[in-house]
Amino acid sequence: MTTYYTKSHEWIRVDGDQATVGITTHASEELGELVFVEAKDEGTEVAAGDAAAVVESVKAASDIYAPVAGTLAGFNEALSDDPTLVGRDAEGEGWIFRMTVSNPDDLKGLLTAEQYKSL
Amino acid sequence: MSDSLQRTPLYDLNLELGAKMVPFAGFEMPIQFPAGLMAEHLHTREKAGLFDVSHMGQIRIAAKSGDVKDAAAALETLVPADYVGLAAGRQRYGLLTNDEGGILDDLMVANMGHDLLVVVNAGCKVQDADRIEKALSDRCVVTRQFDRGLMALQGPAAEAALAPLCPAVKDMRFMDVIETELAGVKVTVSRSGYTGEDGFEIGCAGADSEKVARAILAQPDVLPIGLGARDSLRLEAGLCLYGNDIDVTTTPVEASLGWAIQKARREGGSREGGYPGAEVVLKQTRDGVSRKRVGLLAEGRAPVRAGAKLFADAEGQKEIGVVTSGAFGPSVKAPVAMGYVASDHAALDTPVFAELRGKYVPLHVRAMPFVAPGFKR
Repeated sequence: MTTYYTKSHEWIRVDGDQATVGITTHASEELGELVFVEAKDEGTEVAAGDAAAVVESVKAASDIYAPVAGTLAGFNEALSDDPTLVGRDAEGEGWIFRMTVSNPDDLKGLLTAEQYKSL
Repeated sequence: MSDSLQRTPLYDLNLELGAKMVPFAGFEMPIQFPAGLMAEHLHTREKAGLFDVSHMGQIRIAAKSGDVKDAAAALETLVPADYVGLAAGRQRYGLLTNDEGGILDDLMVANMGHDLLVVVNAGCKVQDADRIEKALSDRCVVTRQFDRGLMALQGPAAEAALAPLCPAVKDMRFMDVIETELAGVKVTVSRSGYTGEDGFEIGCAGADSEKVARAILAQPDVLPIGLGARDSLRLEAGLCLYGNDIDVTTTPVEASLGWAIQKARREGGSREGGYPGAEVVLKQTRDGVSRKRVGLLAEGRAPVRAGAKLFADAEGQKEIGVVTSGAFGPSVKAPVAMGYVASDHAALDTPVFAELRGKYVPLHVRAMPFVAPGFKR
């Protein structure tokens, strides 16, 4: 499994063409405590950069973008009951959605952990 | 941040306290402190929070005759509130209207005994002062005190925090105003605020602001609070934000602010009308309006934000209004909003639907405030 990052502060952990997506710890800290998280329906096809989910703090809503093209394959239902899980473990239990990646080669265009850290 | 942004007298202290600063109404203002918006909101409802609101405009209006009643009568030509009947040491909310009955700003007016102290919104303060000066300068001296500091201490522990510094506050009730000393500094104190909680607003010379703020922050249970929590607190309290919920396109009647027009200024009152747009407001009060500002509570957990369109049905067929303020209410523990709806959909408990990311989420018209007020009457 390999984890890649985006400039818009998503992470994507990939095993073959199956991936899990969330927001980075840095992004979570910037947003503050979340009050609502929602992803588009399972089966939705997304292009890279399409809004695939939304996270909301008290004050604002922020789109979460699909890092690469693919098909949404499930939402982290634990966030429906407790959106603050993202704040406690953004890059683990606080994952937001799963997706099937259309073309694993697209991942090469994303950032490595080192590249993301140096942003 | 842009060089053109102004700073309040508490700018350095805000930075020292770890504030995240944002541009707001031409000022660099603290949006939140390290505790974060959610914790700041809840702390204010449970204990006490100190807000820097020095960006707001303080204006003094003194009658040339020396009689404060003459200043009050003069201001009544611009504001449909009863200020002639406002006793010395008391404060009252009001609205500056235009010739169409639209709202130019909302404001607080205090009778200080010898003159009036007016507090207006930051984004409107220059145009407000210009308007007041132009209309009143034959009878009054209008003094802009835009360099003064203003802070609000809000929450159930506000009195306990302020009393050791200024014992006189214990005898004040909601909307009282006094001139006194606090931590050795000459201040104006009103028992009022913008959170729905008990609390005080404290004005002082800009140069003294930091001393006052530090003295208050040194009291137990007081934390600095940013504009982010100020917004969610006032929304839960059902209070309008000028520019969002009221503006020149909304009248006092549409905005459900008829209570800000006291009996003396209403139809049949001793000083009926006599302000800009009075004929529009009087007619609307008599005949009704086509839309009303209402409170809205969502059934789900998804916050409905300002700008969301409102519909009568879950299919988005019949548009009936728009949300003007919306957020997650940390104390209500649910999304809270206010907006304008067609009057035939404004009755309490009417179901409405907000367009949200292509879906239509259910809300109901609900009474405001959404939290029980903590005022000391």
